Amino acid sequence: MTAALISALLPLLVLAGGIVVLLVVVAWLRSDVVAFAGALVVLGAAIAAMPLALAAGVQDVDGLLDIDGYALFFQGLFAVAAVATAVLSYRYLKPRAAHAQEFYILLLVATLGAAVTASTDHFAGFLLGIEVLSISLYAMIAYPQEGRGPLEAAAKYLVLSGAGTSTMLFGMALIYVVTGTLEFAPAADIGTNQHLLLAVGQAMLLIGVFFKLSLVPFHMWTPDVYQGAPAPVTGFVATVSKAAVFAVLMRYALDVGVLDADADVLRNVIVVVAVLSMIAGNLLALLQINIKRLLAYSSIAHMGYLLIAVVVAATPEVRSFGVETALVYLAGYVVMTLAAFGVVTVLSNAEEDAEELTAYDGLFWRRPVLAAVLAAAALSLAGIPLTVGFIAKFYLVAAGVDGAAWILVWALIVGSAIGIYYYLRIVFSMTKRPETETETEIESLPIAWEGVVAVVMLGVSIVVLGVFPAPVVDFVGALAGP
Amino acid sequence: MILGVILLLLAAGVLAWASERFAGVNAPRVVSVAAFAVGLAWAISEWLGGPDANGLFAAQDMAWIPRFGISVALSMDGLSLLMVALTMFLGIVAVVSSWEEIESGHGFFQFNILWVMAGVVGVFTAMDLFLFFFFWEVMLIPMYFLIAIWGHENKSYASMKFFLFTQISGLLMLLAILALVFVHFRSSGEITFSYEKLLGADIDPAIAMWLMLGFFAAFATKLPSVPVHTWLPDAHTQAPTAGSVILAGILLKTGAYGLIRIAVPLFPEASVDFSFWAMLLGAVSILYGGFMAFSQSDFKRLVAYSSIAHMGFILIGIYAFNEVGMQGAIVTMVAHGFSTAALFMMAGALQHRLHTREMTRMGGLWVRAPRMGVMTLFFVVASVGMPGLGNFVGEFLALLGAFEKNVPLAVAATVGIVVAAVYGLYLMQQSFQGTPNPDVAEMADFGARDMSVMILMAAALVWVGVYPQPVLDLAGATIATLGVLP
Repeated sequence: MTAALISALLPLLVLAGGIVVLLVVVAWLRSDVVAFAGALVVLGAAIAAMPLALAAGVQDVDGLLDIDGYALFFQGLFAVAAVATAVLSYRYLKPRAAHAQEFYILLLVATLGAAVTASTDHFAGFLLGIEVLSISLYAMIAYPQEGRGPLEAAAKYLVLSGAGTSTMLFGMALIYVVTGTLEFAPAADIGTNQHLLLAVGQAMLLIGVFFKLSLVPFHMWTPDVYQGAPAPVTGFVATVSKAAVFAVLMRYALDVGVLDADADVLRNVIVVVAVLSMIAGNLLALLQINIKRLLAYSSIAHMGYLLIAVVVAATPEVRSFGVETALVYLAGYVVMTLAAFGVVTVLSNAEEDAEELTAYDGLFWRRPVLAAVLAAAALSLAGIPLTVGFIAKFYLVAAGVDGAAWILVWALIVGSAIGIYYYLRIVFSMTKRPETETETEIESLPIAWEGVVAVVMLGVSIVVLGVFPAPVVDFVGALAGP
Repeated sequence: MILGVILLLLAAGVLAWASERFAGVNAPRVVSVAAFAVGLAWAISEWLGGPDANGLFAAQDMAWIPRFGISVALSMDGLSLLMVALTMFLGIVAVVSSWEEIESGHGFFQFNILWVMAGVVGVFTAMDLFLFFFFWEVMLIPMYFLIAIWGHENKSYASMKFFLFTQISGLLMLLAILALVFVHFRSSGEITFSYEKLLGADIDPAIAMWLMLGFFAAFATKLPSVPVHTWLPDAHTQAPTAGSVILAGILLKTGAYGLIRIAVPLFPEASVDFSFWAMLLGAVSILYGGFMAFSQSDFKRLVAYSSIAHMGFILIGIYAFNEVGMQGAIVTMVAHGFSTAALFMMAGALQHRLHTREMTRMGGLWVRAPRMGVMTLFFVVASVGMPGLGNFVGEFLALLGAFEKNVPLAVAATVGIVVAAVYGLYLMQQSFQGTPNPDVAEMADFGARDMSVMILMAAALVWVGVYPQPVLDLAGATIATLGVLP
């Protein structure tokens, strides 16, 4: 192992080492604070190692991992999202679990799994990463001791995610039968793109991925799991696990060229799934009165939007722009989704999550800061200027126009037009005036200050990135480069 | 400097919001009026200072997102100056008109007013299409809040409808902007959103028509023109007085401004090809708006429909494609800003006093409040196009331009002026004349604050009506530089 290789792997090594150390520490010292602080230190160290890893250049690790700018971007994003999740969970878990130490370790393991998933160009790494991620998520979803919701959600997620993984695994096996390699090898090199088994294998792989990304028609599990899972974990599932799977899908699609011109069928399948997700996700979100379910359907729509980047990137001339679009969009999506779930978390009391939309009536007059953050998140998800969501949507439309993906662009426009309605409904309910004075009394619960700090930072990022996107755009543009 | 003024309005918004907490309910209003007064003084001083060699009163340009060739390019020529000055003035009017109406959330209310106006100033001065779209959307959210929070009985429906119409048409414009940028990129190899560079884009005529329609959809919705006008009666009627004043006085003008500045110059050939249809829409809007206005019993709704009719004159004036028509459109933009703002202010004052907008529950109010009666009469007469007042000059010039281009449509549009006289006098009779309504025993008249604003607006209309040359000069310089007229 060379020094450059170690530098490139440093974030992953720090995470993995940190998990082991924390396991030992927790065995001796059953303290929530120590586990929480330990997790933050590990994540902070991993983030601090990023510049070193970036400086090491593109490194291939035994064919299993491919540490390039793309991979490191996702690793950094996941680490930041994990920090936010940890901070939000701390006060939230207190009344829900007698011991929360293992939660932070699970969070680190899930982050490691996601980071591996986003960094691999090999089926073994793919499966390894995604299983490490999913299995930790089952436990994280079921972590609260009280209530049926988390358990039900975890069981549902376990069964359906398991089904997705096995479909994917079968697909990988079929692909391996034809190509004889587990690496993401370009289809052109093998010269068997038209092979029936290969096509079936790729289709099964895609179905598994669609399951994980909860794209229509494989989205049924999403609202239930989002609703049942503890709010901070929902935020983590909605952002990190989605982004990780998306990262590997994009890498696979581009490395293998499944969407190239001669692979019409798969391209059309992706277009259809994208359009269905955008339209159905947004339409179903209209009917929700539960904010977690609403955000679940909205995330379905957003994953549909993101597929535009995959389709566009398949065209060689706009490939790097397509990749850049995906990275910018995901960065924005992670920040605004975490902010939304962050507000839900902070407003949740010891018994139940603040998930009914009516719980947000008049929030502007009761908790202006939290309401402002949620409003920023909702408007950002709707793609209104001054927010990062607008920059992200701008990128998608630009990529769609540049890549001449007209059907997708129109679906995006129709989808966002529908979307505005329900995002605005959140904002509108927050601006309602309280009917009676007593309503304001109920809410005077203690609020977790560290959670408020976290959501305010996320809210500020939404606006700052929306107004001054140039540094991030330039940075991502350099990462996505040719 | 332009950016400084926009930032001033934004900062004043934050200050107004915060000031309520430590300085009471009057502080936000004072902050707001002061900010608009500074803005107005700045616009007037730029006007008196005269334009530079390029005909610009102020300009600046700095990089924003270099990756896409997006810059903060702002400049103010004659048309922009006219619109910015109107914006600042109506900002003061909006604050004064809502002085007593708003009962809670004073700080946030002024915040929204200031932020809408900041967006409007940005729209009137942006020289970069990305920036233009950015400000176009910045106007939207605070306006939505103004209607949704402080509106009347049906506010949620009205605010949502307003938002959806504007946002969806805005998305079409975004698509057209991006398509234009990439068409330009393919032919020139340079990716840029700069208005001046895109003016020279080499576009296939068939594509140009589609792109032009994308812009036209956004601007016609904002204007609004039939058939995308349906948001307007609801939004104007349900909005608080300040919201109606801003909507009718200024926001509608951004649509007209967009047509003059963006849609027509970027796609001159496509616009000429489309001009018959645009003029037809204008004529239909004039007649439809007029007839609908006449059939209302709600004071505010009547004024709202009359706006649709007046905007029709702007549409036919612009698409007549001659100097006279364009001048008429611009003068109408200014004059309508004053006259309709005043009428909405009156509607708000009546609703505040009588708790109704229904004209059947008014009648004979002149006896109770003679000052309000006089002012209503003045602005109704101005609105129907009495010679000697600004609206007459604008509509006359627009019709003159249209007559050169298409006689039948011009004749149809002229019928609209007759209709205007009918609904204008109907409004006057129902509310202020006739037998005094016994239910209204007492009604406070306008005080000094309201009267001073009213008199200022009346003076402005008389000035534009009697001596329109300064306005025509400002507008004429811009029209010449647009270079779209044969």
